[in-house]
Amino acid sequence: MFRSIVAAALVAGLALVGGTAGTARAEGDAPHPPHQKWSFDGVFGTYDRAAMQRGFQVYKEVCAACHGVKHLYFRDLAQIGYSEDQVKGIAAQVQVTDGPNDSGEMFQRPARPSDPIPGPFANDQAARAANNGALPVDLSLIAKARVSGPDYVFALLTGYKDPPAGVKMNPNMYFNEYYPGHQIAMPPPLNPDQVKYADGTPGSVPQMARDLVSFLAWAAEPTLEERHRAGFKVILFLIVVTGVFYAAKRKIWSRIQH
Amino acid sequence: MAVSQPGVPAGSSSTPASLPGSGHGRLVRWIDHRLPVISFLEHELTAYPTPVNLNYWWNFGSLAGIILVIMIVTGVVLAMHYTPHASLAFDSVERIMRDVNYGWLLRYVHMNGASMFFLIVYIHMFRGLYYGSYKYPRELLWILGVVILLLMMATAFLGYVLPWGQMSYWAATVITNMFSAVPLVGDSIVTLLWGGFTVGNPTLNRFYSLHYVLPFVIVAVVGLHLVALHQHGSNNPLGIERRGPQDSIPFHPYYTIKDMFGLSVFLIVFAVFVFYLPNFLGHPDNYIPANPMVTPPHIVPEWYFLPFYAILRSVPDKLLGVVLMFGAVLILFLVPWLDTSPVRSARFRPVYRWVSWLLPADAIVLGWVGANPPSGAFVVIGQIATFYYFFHFLILMPLLGKIERPRPLPISIGAAVLAAGPPVPAAAPMERR
Ligand code: HEC
Ligand code: HEM
Repeated sequence: MFRSIVAAALVAGLALVGGTAGTARAEGDAPHPPHQKWSFDGVFGTYDRAAMQRGFQVYKEVCAACHGVKHLYFRDLAQIGYSEDQVKGIAAQVQVTDGPNDSGEMFQRPARPSDPIPGPFANDQAARAANNGALPVDLSLIAKARVSGPDYVFALLTGYKDPPAGVKMNPNMYFNEYYPGHQIAMPPPLNPDQVKYADGTPGSVPQMARDLVSFLAWAAEPTLEERHRAGFKVILFLIVVTGVFYAAKRKIWSRIQH
Repeated sequence: MAVSQPGVPAGSSSTPASLPGSGHGRLVRWIDHRLPVISFLEHELTAYPTPVNLNYWWNFGSLAGIILVIMIVTGVVLAMHYTPHASLAFDSVERIMRDVNYGWLLRYVHMNGASMFFLIVYIHMFRGLYYGSYKYPRELLWILGVVILLLMMATAFLGYVLPWGQMSYWAATVITNMFSAVPLVGDSIVTLLWGGFTVGNPTLNRFYSLHYVLPFVIVAVVGLHLVALHQHGSNNPLGIERRGPQDSIPFHPYYTIKDMFGLSVFLIVFAVFVFYLPNFLGHPDNYIPANPMVTPPHIVPEWYFLPFYAILRSVPDKLLGVVLMFGAVLILFLVPWLDTSPVRSARFRPVYRWVSWLLPADAIVLGWVGANPPSGAFVVIGQIATFYYFFHFLILMPLLGKIERPRPLPISIGAAVLAAGPPVPAAAPMERR
């Protein structure tokens, strides 16, 4: 028994090393973002469809001016609760380049659900040129590409402050409590009531930030719900199997003295 | 006898005496007479005499074999969807995650499987160190194990580069750069590894090719590892050889069922990671596409390399750091000769019994140091822990064997089991199948 406890402690120790390895790095001098409760946390976590649709609306009306979500296709929007016709409608509002056609020309056409959602800039150079040299990153994986991604994005979007006395800001930089180094080239993107939500939810900054995180968390990990559901069944099954094997092992080993 | 044919002497090598003929159809016997795979499997898996007293530490060998198979199967399927090109690799992994049926499952199993593989193999090795499984006549068995560890490390490093995220790219840069410390030919080695003058598309291509082939080399070495194992059979917690049939039981069904039970417990742990913490052991930076122009603030390897990374950084001199880091693995080759104690099992070694736990403790400290930036107290702690690591193998192991007074060993496994075990109602001692 003692040995198994030590072994368990060893395993836990290794896991901890792995875990702190994930968090202890990369924080720079920014404070750790405060933990928020999200609908997708935990074993039974799922995405909140209404929040994701609101988040997509904010993305489309605000963030899409600078940031792409290149890993998403219009058809993926069906997963956040839009009907097939709504997806077609959303896609058709956007012009994409297709071709070459039979005469060898590229041409513009309304997007279809099978198209990737196009970003605002043709390339990184154009993006930098429009943003004082800073690059607005693609947001499709942002919720997984930062330590405590969802909490961080929420903290970042709500973390703009006046610079404390004595802090010298570089030109075209904004003070943000949670950005590493505190100087970020992104102007505060969210202002109260900037977006008029279709469902009448008041558009406060924290509300919009939360909704965006719901949308971006799904964009980064669209298979999370399937994974949570499958995991529950798999683990339940394995627990039963373990019980059966344990009983069988006891039975078989009772034939001999050991 | 399985096959009694004229001209074939009973018990000839083609039909081992242990082959139970009953229960096999004619076809099976026909095949086995010409291609003795069935009698081989029966000999090595079913009848294979195994010490009666193995505890759960002995589960990790079969677990390692199973996870190797899981890695190969998921890897081969991932390879059907993965594109090894610097400008497409990252996106192709995202396509696997999003558009391939159960692609997320494949990738998370492969990704976390690598961690599980190391966890299992480290425990498996600790078992060997604790029970002295590397001593006569199992030295080559142990050495083949260390070869497997080296191949695994290479494979995991190469695989980690494939998704071509920021950590992939910069880990590749840091690790390949280490070879530049080699005197004279260092720079040529690095150019060869890179396939150019920086980590780039040629690097990714050769790493992919090697990542695909090395696991099959591992399979081959595992085969040799098993041949060596079956030559003398398993060691056991008492560390004494089996003296007669009363010390052994057939592998099947006793250890098959015990291994199945261990496997299902392990799969629960594995599933918790795959389904609920798939990125817990990973680094978020690897979801940022590789960018040669932006160096991440902290470049850290996967957790299973952290202790070695800490050893690498414990000395300011690059070459010495590299030598120490490789030395930390290579020193394992010498363990059968560094340990001078005539007694295998730590159970009967009052001092080593405790000292053996200091090594994993030291490795955890090293891992923690490796995960943190090399500044302040971490430097000193890392140096002390590195010193202890080598002190353990080079000083403590040889010395303890000489000065420690081992406790008396039991006469036989069977005697020890009978003395310790509770009385069994149906006391048919050591029943043979
Ligand atoms: C005017 C253009 C612009 C708009 C609009 C904009 N951003 Fe940004 N964003 C940027 C730029 C530029 C950066 C890069 C900042 C830097 O490098 O300092 C950035 C960076 C970010 C980052 C990355 C921070 C990090 O840790 O690297 C996130 C997350 C982000 N933006 C989210 C959003 C969201 C969500 C919205 C919509 C509410 C949005 N942005 C709207 C320009 C914009
Ligand atoms: C010893 C067994 C193996 C180990 C330890 C191992 C380890 C790894 C690791 C650590 C990764 C990076 C995972 C990530 O961060 O995404 C990886 C990726 C990959 N491996 Fe393996 N691997 C093994 C066997 C194989 C085999 C046999 C194949 C193919 C035949 C394979 C194909 C791939 C592919 C295509 C990737 C890139 C896709 C991805 O990153 O998910 N692996 N491997």
